[in-house]
Amino acid sequence: MKPFGANLPTDQFSLIRGSVHGGGSVKGGESLIQCNTCHGAHGIVRVKDKRSPVHPLNVVATCAGCHSNPAYMRTYNPSLPVDQREKYRTSVHGEKNASGDAKAAECVSCHGGHEILRAEDVRSSVYPTNVPGTCATCHGNSDYMAEYPIPTDQLETYSGSVHGQALLGKHDLAAPACNDCHGNHAATPPGIESISNVCGTCHALNADLFSKSPHKAAFDEMGLPECETCHGNHGIVAATDQLIGVSEDAVCSQCHAEDLNPAGYQFAMHISSLIDSLETEEARGTALVDDAENKGMEVGDALFRLRDVRQARFETRTIIHSFNQEECTAVFDKGFAAASFVSGEATRAIDEYYFRRIGFGISTVIITILAIALYLTIRRIERRQKEMLHT
Amino acid sequence: MTGGQPSPSTPKKDGSIWFRAYTWIDERVQLRTLVDFLGKKYVPVHSHSIWYYFGGVSLFLFIIQVLTGILLLLYYKGSEELAFESIQFIMSKVEFGWLIRSIHSWAANLFILAAMIHMFSVFFERAYRKPREITWVTGMLMFFLALGFGFSGYLLPWNELAFFATKVGTDIAGALPLIGEPLLVFLRSGEDVTGATLTRFFGFHVAVFPGIFSVLLGIHLILVQRQGMSEPFGEEGEYGKGKKTMPFFPNFLLRDLLLWLLVLNLIALLAVFFPWELGEKADPLASAPAGIKPEWYFMFMFQTLKYIPAHIGPFEGEQLGVLFFSAAGALWLIIPFLDRKSKIGQKSRLLTYAGIFIVLYIILFTIIGWMA
Repeated sequence: MKPFGANLPTDQFSLIRGSVHGGGSVKGGESLIQCNTCHGAHGIVRVKDKRSPVHPLNVVATCAGCHSNPAYMRTYNPSLPVDQREKYRTSVHGEKNASGDAKAAECVSCHGGHEILRAEDVRSSVYPTNVPGTCATCHGNSDYMAEYPIPTDQLETYSGSVHGQALLGKHDLAAPACNDCHGNHAATPPGIESISNVCGTCHALNADLFSKSPHKAAFDEMGLPECETCHGNHGIVAATDQLIGVSEDAVCSQCHAEDLNPAGYQFAMHISSLIDSLETEEARGTALVDDAENKGMEVGDALFRLRDVRQARFETRTIIHSFNQEECTAVFDKGFAAASFVSGEATRAIDEYYFRRIGFGISTVIITILAIALYLTIRRIERRQKEMLHT
Repeated sequence: MTGGQPSPSTPKKDGSIWFRAYTWIDERVQLRTLVDFLGKKYVPVHSHSIWYYFGGVSLFLFIIQVLTGILLLLYYKGSEELAFESIQFIMSKVEFGWLIRSIHSWAANLFILAAMIHMFSVFFERAYRKPREITWVTGMLMFFLALGFGFSGYLLPWNELAFFATKVGTDIAGALPLIGEPLLVFLRSGEDVTGATLTRFFGFHVAVFPGIFSVLLGIHLILVQRQGMSEPFGEEGEYGKGKKTMPFFPNFLLRDLLLWLLVLNLIALLAVFFPWELGEKADPLASAPAGIKPEWYFMFMFQTLKYIPAHIGPFEGEQLGVLFFSAAGALWLIIPFLDRKSKIGQKSRLLTYAGIFIVLYIILFTIIGWMA
């Protein structure tokens, strides 16, 4: 292309052949799409030209030419939705695009142009583990985003979050990428009053408990973003028991000061002490069970119930979202009852261990006395036999 | 010490409760005849007399097995779903259940060890020679049954190790030519080791084997009492003519009892300080854990099979190995009839060397197997 003074790449054909669009058409004999399908034929202009069908402001309509046509799409991929354009128009990206902002993300920005792959393809730019990087192409570029009043450190904070570590570090596809909270074609920041619904897509029980809790109304009234207020958003880390309570690390004390809201303060303090106690009881039970096991004792029941203690501790982290003392206490009581059983069983096993040794000592003494008595009896009988023989 | 004369241990005519009990039974079943028989029975005393005690120790351990086995039966449930849990219950909830189970497991191993020592002592002394061939055969059959007890009992806790060891063990039995496949299906009660295998093994362990064993033991003991103890070559002679002997009752029997007490204490020590572990419940869908090993008394055969090449000529190595051990066991069973020298009062050196080789082989390969 250089003789024509152009710096255009020359790998379009190979890219498109390797893409989802590179296969044959249903009629056979020809490619699914041709160059002119997107670029037009006789009136081809530069991509940067606003008249081009693949110009950022036009590309959505170009793609929608096929992708919004149910009859056409059914012949290739009946399971693929055909409402991408409609959704896109409701998104922040779509609104800006419609208003003439060519910098706003459109189809090509996320899916690529010639090299488009299925979203399920691990090489695809919209495969879950690649989504954060794809979004960050724009959202992590402070120069590019300079004219928009939003931060550009989302990828950095997300990567360090519990979700980011799971998705990017462990490749756990159950962990959310950007689009799982913000939507994809209809991407938009969740509203303050609907965050618990977004988080509740995965954390259903927590969201449900929160919605029924007194905090829901209070947060809405104060304009606090539900889950985000305590847990954060992009940089969310694994929730620990230290979040509850009135210490410096705890989130309760951010609102529940001792003098301003003594009831909430007391509740937070109470729950925090219950959490600490249950954790201590679990550690005690575990140590006792380990000790009993190391002594060779059978503590299968205690080991089994130890899971109940652990389960109760996990449940407390959920039930806390009800912010209801009665409901929380019921879960803690369940945990304490299981912990008490575990400690009791393990202690009994350890006592039994020493009892066995004492019992063995006593039985050895008895058997030794019996053996000596038997030996003396044999001697006595044989002496008598010898005397009888001599007489 | 003839019929009219009371033996040294006959209760004195002192009107004691023992004398009255003795008289009461004697009036009904002529106990005096038995006491007189025992009073006339003598045991030779010589430098090899120590080996006589291992028969008694084996008997004592078998009695322990029966008693503890009956106690375990009160709580054990022989099904895939409940076997492991029932043993867990016995070990943790039943009063002294841990002791009973540990004694049962330890005594089972000591029983096979004592029976093995007894068997080899009889072999090296040629005590199987005429007229004791049937005593040897019944003893050997009991020994094979003891191995069957061990193999079937090993699976009963339905734990991971036992499950896979049974799988391997029955696979080896299945390698036998012609009868291997039907034998495997019979042992497992199907193609695979399942709950049905457990039920079958349980039935063998608590009903079939004990029934046959009791008959053989009865014959064995009657023969031993009837024929008396065998004497080493060159020690034969008539009692009372300069031969050193001791009365079977009470001298030998009390010595037996003394040894039994010491063995009982050894079992108690093992049960308390090394309680028999239960391990993890068997999961037929899980992959076999590392370090699957049979019980120690099968180890030398298991280890040998590992060293045999996969193919020897047109035959499968494992098949030949299993055939070899089966043939060796059969020969060992009929050795009294093959050992012609012992019949004419001579000791075959070849057999002695073969016996020493077998003992060393078993010890060496058992050690190698455990260290592998």
